Amino acid sequence: MKVRTASRSRRAGRLIVVEGIDGSGKSTQIQLLHKWLEARGIEVVFTAWNSSDLVRQATKRGKKKNLLTPTTFSLLHATDFADRLTYNIVPYLKAGITVLADRYIYTAFARDAARGVDPQWVRDLYAFARKPDAAFYFRVPIEVAVGRLLGSRAKIKFYEAGMDLGLSADPVESFRLFQGRVIDEYDRLTTEYGFRVIDGTKNIDTQQRQVRDIVRRLYDEPAAEAS
Amino acid sequence: MTRFFGPGLPYADLGELKGVLITLEGTDGVGRSTQLVQLKQWLEVQGYGVIDTGWTRSELMSETIMAAKAGHTLNQLTFTLLYATDFADRLEKVIIPALRSGFVVLADRYVFTAFARSVVRGADPSWIRNVFGFAPVPDMTLYLKTDVDTLMPRLLRNRRVDFWEAGMDMHLHTDLYESARRYQWRLIREYNRMSRQYGFDAIDAALDPGEIQERIRRKVQGLLEERRMQTLTDNLEALRPLLFEEAPTPAARGGRGAAATRTAGATTTASPAVLVQAPRRRGDLPDA
Repeated sequence: MKVRTASRSRRAGRLIVVEGIDGSGKSTQIQLLHKWLEARGIEVVFTAWNSSDLVRQATKRGKKKNLLTPTTFSLLHATDFADRLTYNIVPYLKAGITVLADRYIYTAFARDAARGVDPQWVRDLYAFARKPDAAFYFRVPIEVAVGRLLGSRAKIKFYEAGMDLGLSADPVESFRLFQGRVIDEYDRLTTEYGFRVIDGTKNIDTQQRQVRDIVRRLYDEPAAEAS
Repeated sequence: MTRFFGPGLPYADLGELKGVLITLEGTDGVGRSTQLVQLKQWLEVQGYGVIDTGWTRSELMSETIMAAKAGHTLNQLTFTLLYATDFADRLEKVIIPALRSGFVVLADRYVFTAFARSVVRGADPSWIRNVFGFAPVPDMTLYLKTDVDTLMPRLLRNRRVDFWEAGMDMHLHTDLYESARRYQWRLIREYNRMSRQYGFDAIDAALDPGEIQERIRRKVQGLLEERRMQTLTDNLEALRPLLFEEAPTPAARGGRGAAATRTAGATTTASPAVLVQAPRRRGDLPDA
């Protein structure tokens, strides 16, 4: 292995991602992590799933008019991801800045497979993605997620509930069935990709302590070299 | 059975795709669209239901692609994935429903255009083929073949060459003409490779347009006749048990069985040779 001098070698930023179904509490946890890292003087940027400008209009239209099929749903999200990887993730990592991602490619693996898309096809589709330094999975039973969503929001969204699959005419029941499938997929992915599983039913501060313990170790070890 | 480049659309019950999928490929400015319009009219006059579909024309993506191409943020990945999304939308909303209803579908450009454009921009050829693994393999791919020396004046005569046709995103040259020439040369090389790999029906794009149309029609007619024979032999195969296996016991049943045999026999006397050949012939034909 080539050894570089300290002045020339740049330490790559860490890529930390959170996964889990809607209502699992992952977004709360990544926000708390963000604050904590900044307080420790670590430079951090944040990127959210499905947030690029490139396909925003198409996604909005597709969702509003229910135009999306499992394949176009999958490809639109892959396009969004490719755009964010190019502009919002890779350059920052190269500059040594930590990137926090609310949902990553595993969201696509889980959701698209739950929609009936070929699981290997989705994995190959995202072959260009960068492997994260840590992937947290916030695991909650489906009833906990449903309870949180119903408590916080008036309506469950069409695609979030997998209404496009026609599992049930009732959005809450459809959500249960569809997100139940997503949880099964996440469980498969947990062993395949070595997720750090956090029990999402625990207190917020208990979960955050577990997350920080793991993240702290990422900064103790030497990071993978910027590529 | 419909074949796909990869796993296809596992969640969709496609049923039987009775129609015929014909694609027209070739680089920018070789005259695909003109040929396609004439082919469509000719088929319609003969009574075929025809639907045509073109690159980036999907309801979902056409505006997004136009806006993206006007900007400067696309790279090889996003460029490819935008096309793939457009293609998937047209496939599931236009092409497959039409094939299911027995239409002839004429596609102006198909997955091969995406393969060529991505590979010349440095994509892994097996990655891009996997991305389009949901696409059905066409029944025929007509390829308007040219070389870059013939193409360049033709491309310029049509209209001004745009940024993307010149491959300016690839930074092959700062001069528009030089960039276009190099880019188109690479595209043509990729199309030629695929022509061998996938068995395109190549036609020299330098021929007189009328002559090109004649050749296209002959090829398409050949395919459609082959399809008709296939359908006929399939139908006769389905009838075979009724015609032969039930026939040996008619006498005991008296008039009814004998009458049925006579009626069924009458429908097949016209083409007994086809019936005998059926199983072998089916094996000879390429998968539909």
